[in-house]
Amino acid sequence: MAMHHFIDRRQNPSDRSLGNRQRFIRRARSQIKEALDKSIRNRKLGDVANGEDLSIPTKGITEPRLRSSSNEGRRARVLPGNKEFVTGDHVKKPPKGGGGAGKEGAEEGEGEDEFRFTLSRDEFLDLFFEDLELPDLVKTDLRETTSIAYRRAGFARDGSPSNMDVMRTMRNSLGRRIALDRPDKKLVAALEDEITALEAKTEPVAEDRGRLEALYEELEELQRRQKIVAYIDPVDVRFRQREPVPLPNTQAVMFCLMDVSGSMGEREKDLAKRFFILLHLFLKRRYERIEVVFIRHTHEAQEVDEETFFYSRQSGGTVVSTALTEMMKVVRERYPTDAWNIYAAQASDGENFSGDSETCSRLLMEEVIPVCQYYAYVEILDEREFELFGNPDAGAALWRSYRDVAAERENFAMKRVTRPADIYPVFRELFLRQGERN
Amino acid sequence: MDTATEKHLDETSPETDPGPLLFDGADWSFKTLSRTYNAIERVALDDLGLNVYPNQVEIISTEQMLDAYSSFGMPLMYRHWSFGKHFAREEKSYRQGHSGLAYEIVINANPCISYNLEDNTMALQTLVMAHAAFGHNHFFKNNYLFRQWTDADGVLDYFQYAKAFIAGAEERHGLTAVEEVLDAAHAIMDQGVFRYRRAPELTTEQRQTRKREIEAYRERTFNDLWRTVPDSARAEDISEAEKMKIERRHQLKLPEENLLFFLENNSPILEGWQREILSIVRNVAQYFYPQRQTKVMNEGCATFTHHYIMNALYDRGQISEGAMLEVLHSHSNVLTQPDFDDPRFNGINPYALGFAMMGDIRRICTEPTDEDREWFPDLAGSEDWREALRHAWANYRDESFIRQYLSPHLIRKLKLFDLTDNADDPHYTVGAIHDEQGYRKVRDALANNYDPAHIDADIQVVDADLRGDRQLFLEHSVRQGVGLAEDSRGKVLKYIRQLWGYDVTLSGMDHQTGKQLYRTSTLEVEESK
Repeated sequence: MAMHHFIDRRQNPSDRSLGNRQRFIRRARSQIKEALDKSIRNRKLGDVANGEDLSIPTKGITEPRLRSSSNEGRRARVLPGNKEFVTGDHVKKPPKGGGGAGKEGAEEGEGEDEFRFTLSRDEFLDLFFEDLELPDLVKTDLRETTSIAYRRAGFARDGSPSNMDVMRTMRNSLGRRIALDRPDKKLVAALEDEITALEAKTEPVAEDRGRLEALYEELEELQRRQKIVAYIDPVDVRFRQREPVPLPNTQAVMFCLMDVSGSMGEREKDLAKRFFILLHLFLKRRYERIEVVFIRHTHEAQEVDEETFFYSRQSGGTVVSTALTEMMKVVRERYPTDAWNIYAAQASDGENFSGDSETCSRLLMEEVIPVCQYYAYVEILDEREFELFGNPDAGAALWRSYRDVAAERENFAMKRVTRPADIYPVFRELFLRQGERN
Repeated sequence: MDTATEKHLDETSPETDPGPLLFDGADWSFKTLSRTYNAIERVALDDLGLNVYPNQVEIISTEQMLDAYSSFGMPLMYRHWSFGKHFAREEKSYRQGHSGLAYEIVINANPCISYNLEDNTMALQTLVMAHAAFGHNHFFKNNYLFRQWTDADGVLDYFQYAKAFIAGAEERHGLTAVEEVLDAAHAIMDQGVFRYRRAPELTTEQRQTRKREIEAYRERTFNDLWRTVPDSARAEDISEAEKMKIERRHQLKLPEENLLFFLENNSPILEGWQREILSIVRNVAQYFYPQRQTKVMNEGCATFTHHYIMNALYDRGQISEGAMLEVLHSHSNVLTQPDFDDPRFNGINPYALGFAMMGDIRRICTEPTDEDREWFPDLAGSEDWREALRHAWANYRDESFIRQYLSPHLIRKLKLFDLTDNADDPHYTVGAIHDEQGYRKVRDALANNYDPAHIDADIQVVDADLRGDRQLFLEHSVRQGVGLAEDSRGKVLKYIRQLWGYDVTLSGMDHQTGKQLYRTSTLEVEESK
């Protein structure tokens, strides 16, 4: 009998396919990135970071082999299931590209224009972060979905003294003392009192002496039992057990403020969206519950849904302070500051109605910043403007007013951006502070 | 089954047995697997007379299964992005329910490793063990192609080595550099096999002995007269260029059909590690080449084996009716052969054809008709169908097996017909059907459909002037006017150019007339860009 054996491989590390997967993503990187950019544009802020079904062109990931051409020469195929043909019959060929007899199945991987597959959350974030040029520490920080806290989880028999649970220990001790019939302290005290009283008698009678003898004996017995049955025994001691659990998060609200007047084109909005996504990812990591409020403005501001926020246009002038006023209105109505952490992100192209910029900085200083955990402002410029305003001190009225705010308030950050890589620095302070706190 | 064996069976059945049944219900455990394996083994070895490598049955998860068949069905494969691509495709299709998973994968090695999916029910595990651990295993061990071309003892070590080598190369030379070589090598994998057995390499000692023998022979047969006979090779009318070409071809041992082998040994630009990668890809291709030529037979052998064994177990009351029904259900699923005009038709199902032919051989042996006696005089009525099948499994490949064994009976049963497609005609022509005049023609045509000489493009290296412009010349011997698909042709040529380092020209020459049908070169591909 040949020898044989069975092996259970199910527990083997399952990352075997990972290497091939990474090589594939690496190979198709440019196509995947393109598909991803499109998808970022089309997805909601909140679920950007979930896995994604992608469809990429096969160009670049084909595996060409030398194949026989299908439209020249002569070939004979044998097929099953003849019904009515006799030798010499002619069968009309199907029109080009159609199916029918003699059609070869498409070669694997060839002939399709699109390759569909699913991108995992981590892979998505990797690619998303790539453009943003985040520091590695921040990347891992954002990728982790939960932070860890230690939470009470029952009791243990050993642990550090500082974790000893007195209540639980005492309860055990009491139970044991009752069960083992440990002499009560009061009982001993009463005995001792009686003994003292008898000893104090100046003229003890024989009866007293006998009683005293008996009491001594009893006391000795009780004290012996007290010694044997300890008041607190190591078996009584209980420690509070702590278990790592995801941080019990609180809630946060994120305000997205954006100028939607005509000067904000698709490129500007695309950059703004990445800016908002990054803040959202950060908050998602910190808080259990996040609400997002979208406020768009021209010369007047209104709260809108995400769809409208990013895609619909509105004509009008530009009065930035209206957005701030609207935000404060929403805060007062729905997000009491004692229950919510408030974050705000504002994107604009820097234009503002003359004279309004001072109003903005006053509003920020007096009302908005005091209730905000963090306020980030990006001014989206095109390359040419960026050249002009390379110097952070130069700029239009809004920029200059905001500079004053930035100088005074620590939780206010501002930055000019022309490409995705410029976005991160506006959050640097925010991420840094979190890093120190951890 | 004679009673003696049955008694023997009862005696060896473990006492934990719930009656005569090997297992009950859908769940499997390693205990039931082992018990069932032993029962299968008894039928396979004692009754069918199979000769197998020791078995190693491994239980794997869905993901591991997907992974294995994304990389050529070889779990020990080196890493490459294309396997990741196939994995992504398979996984998506599987998760969305478009396709089921294979129940098993089996590796031609000693010990023979079969991977069984953990999700299989016990009935399926039984089927799979009979199919892979005995059917395929016997075929691997006995078929002449596998015996000649693959080294079952060393293959696992080799794959291990290859994987480690590629990983090491990636570390030393970077992912991109390795990927470039692998991409190019994969593109000519089909042209990276030896189709005919080569004489084994001689040792130095043997070579010297042979040289002495040849010299001795020359001395013995020396005749000065030969010197006076005009020698065509030395004739003056051959130009100097021709002479040099002959000399070159001699030095490079041309023509050469194995492009990978040629490039590995003669490319002017490759470094040692790159040549080793070509060698690895070539060895992988060669390892799988017998499987490509024996798909019908291999699956036929395994399917026939599992069918026979399952029925034997059922007849002995060792598996329940429910389990048998489940087995038959998946058995007939696997054997579905839609007609050519059915929308589900996707070529001839190798399982169906193989199983039908194996069963037919048994029928011819045991219940021959007059027709069978005429067509298969040696086989008809030979009674020992087991021996007849074992002989077929050992000594044929699909092409020769069909040419030898496809019977008129089966041609009629499957209603096979030959449909000729001439690209110049507006219609197909029915060349032959299942009638007296057609049997041989259908049989030949079907055999040709499985003949590598007909289905693989015959491409050889014919010239390379290493002292001149170093251009590499390939020749495609075109049969029946079927050329190469143009979209991939240019891309593959570029890959060859990458490995060779200089321009590559491919000419298509008619197989019979020698007339040039097309000519394409990386020189032009570059220009047209």
